[in-house]
Amino acid sequence: MKSVKDLVKAHGSIILLRRSLSLTPRALAEKTITIREAITQAMDEEITRDDRVFLMGEEVAQYDGAYKMSKGLWKKHGDKRIVDTPITEMGFAGIATGAAMAGLRPICEFMTFNFSMQAIDHVINSAAKTYYMSSGKVKVPIVFRGPNGAAAGVAAQHSQDYSTWYSQCPGLKVIAPYSAEDCRGLLKAAVRDDDPVVFLENELIYGQQFPISDEALSADFVLPIGKGKIEREGKHVTLASYSIGIKICLEAAKELEQNGIDCEVINLRTLRPLDEDIIKTSVKKTHHLVTVEFGWPQCSIGAEIIARICESDAFDYLDAPPIRVTGADVPLAYAKTLEQNSMPQVPNVLKSVKKVLNK
Amino acid sequence: MLRLQPNGRQLLQQQQQTFPTVVSTIRKASSGGTLEYDSPKAYKLHMLEQGPSTHVSCNREEGLDFYKKMQVVRRMEASANNMYKSKLIRGFCHLYSGQEAVCVGMKAAMDKNDSLITAYRAHGWTFMMGVPVTGVLAELTGRKTGCAEGRGGSMHMYAPNFYGGNGIVGAQVPLGAGVAFAHKYRGESNVCVALYGDGAANQGQVFEAFNMAKLWSLPCIFVCENNGYGMGTSTQRASANPNFYTRCEYIPGIWVDGMDVLAVREATRFARDWCTSGKGPMIMEMATYRYFGHSMSDPGTSYRTREEIQDVRKSRDPITSFREKVVQANLATEEEFKNIDNEVKKIIEDAENHAQNDPELHVDELYSHVYSNPPPGFKIRGCDNFTYKEISK
Repeated sequence: MKSVKDLVKAHGSIILLRRSLSLTPRALAEKTITIREAITQAMDEEITRDDRVFLMGEEVAQYDGAYKMSKGLWKKHGDKRIVDTPITEMGFAGIATGAAMAGLRPICEFMTFNFSMQAIDHVINSAAKTYYMSSGKVKVPIVFRGPNGAAAGVAAQHSQDYSTWYSQCPGLKVIAPYSAEDCRGLLKAAVRDDDPVVFLENELIYGQQFPISDEALSADFVLPIGKGKIEREGKHVTLASYSIGIKICLEAAKELEQNGIDCEVINLRTLRPLDEDIIKTSVKKTHHLVTVEFGWPQCSIGAEIIARICESDAFDYLDAPPIRVTGADVPLAYAKTLEQNSMPQVPNVLKSVKKVLNK
Repeated sequence: MLRLQPNGRQLLQQQQQTFPTVVSTIRKASSGGTLEYDSPKAYKLHMLEQGPSTHVSCNREEGLDFYKKMQVVRRMEASANNMYKSKLIRGFCHLYSGQEAVCVGMKAAMDKNDSLITAYRAHGWTFMMGVPVTGVLAELTGRKTGCAEGRGGSMHMYAPNFYGGNGIVGAQVPLGAGVAFAHKYRGESNVCVALYGDGAANQGQVFEAFNMAKLWSLPCIFVCENNGYGMGTSTQRASANPNFYTRCEYIPGIWVDGMDVLAVREATRFARDWCTSGKGPMIMEMATYRYFGHSMSDPGTSYRTREEIQDVRKSRDPITSFREKVVQANLATEEEFKNIDNEVKKIIEDAENHAQNDPELHVDELYSHVYSNPPPGFKIRGCDNFTYKEISK
């Protein structure tokens, strides 16, 4: 067993150190990768596989990516496939979309989705609507990807969650993965899909390790867009969430387990098209629903889910009104305590679950 | 009595000064089967030592072809005007009448695999990029024989290598640079022509596209169709620098007399050669004019006088002036032109027939073509909770 100092030196990561110390030797042998690695690998594999795929964005090439998501790719694939752009989102999102219309398969990176607002006309009017307007004549096989939602201490203008804005638009596919397996499988599926895809990552979990199977590491591993996953099976309450929301759902589920409450955690994976069947099936089983997300409450994904449940026969299976856990309805503050309490935490989920269960 | 805005009068004078009569030059130069003349004021250059040849020519076949195509566009737009007034066309309708020499002249210099993208004044371009008149008029009336089956309407018509028809002012410019990017990426020796108006020329994204096109040497010809007015705002009132061909300090530009179809073609050849020889993008400004208002809801006379419009029709109309030149060069007779006019009339009438009588798409089609690749079992919601359509395409 290496000394603590050696481990820290070797891995340079406190998170990994914590995991290493608490796992048994057998579990240490299980393969894990970070979300960052999953996304880098997925892009690398798709660029290698199909000549038409290229990555375009600010700092994606020589800087290895602002968040190091494209580390090593420029060295391997060169200027033609990994393209650094000036700081002109509207321009390069338009160029990437035009290239997609003309038959290439771009991955257009927004350094964060906050900057996508400068280019949003191209995402919606140029990309999402064109296949419909042209009656099928012009496809737009583009992926817009980047970190979405809050980071830590970057304040209001750099912390908005765009899940609901993009998920509202027909013509787009909107993916919000959680785990490394989600990221690998869904990013590869997104690149291979002929429709425009918005791929919403989360910077706070880029460095988180996830176990990954050999199958998920294979070159042709794709996950279906539009299908959620039961992240944790349970029978008392359905927690429907996505992206970083899954993290607090799983943590809450662990705590609630000790109180004899068994949570079923649904990882939506895709926001549009939304897998309502997986939620309905779960609600029919558990009779209780709490939605969890980090975005603002008004017109949230949770609001959409609850509307759909109420409009369907799953409503009759509910034993309590469904409720939401969301970010606070404020622009995000910088000060630590304010920021932390503006975003949902495990206690918010615990409180909500206990409330619907009348406990 | 409408007062012409000083700006409008200046603009007209400016344009008129640069167009000397060339009639005498034609009779002398043309001989045996070609129309040739010199048009020394047809171009102005920015950051270029040499420009397109000011000596332009065409043979009889080309002459008749250009005339016919311009006439088709003119008559097609006249038909659209009438149908709009009869309420057969709804929404926005932006007519190209007066600008025909630009689309006909440019297309004549383009390779069949070159791409093109424009804004919403797109009917003339749609025709030139291969969509028959029926495809245009039936799209305007929303029928399923329209080139987008009636889903797109006036501003969203598409064809191979033709990326529309775009409704958002300026958006088509970076899109066009992206199409050029694809040509370069695939090692093709083609260009993308990306058109925009004098109104769109101030859009930030246009300059963003210029920057990347120059940085990456994209084979993109940026073309400003300057018809003097961005909706109701003259160029002088909208642009601190209304010399659109000079607007980029690092991309060479050519101002072209956009009413002279042969000058347009010659200049486009020059620009195309430039872009396909790896020299990067080029900007062109086509000095042209639109007879109708900005769209069908604009009479076009609150910001310019009827005299101005009539003056252009009399002295600079691209079709009649070209016809005169062809006749003077003895390439064709007035009789032959009348026959062409009759042919064109028939083409338009036939298309109108389709546009007025063909059916619309079945209402269920409103749910199709949202995705090219819908997930299995994908359902689209209609207007209430009891209306869902399962979609397989």
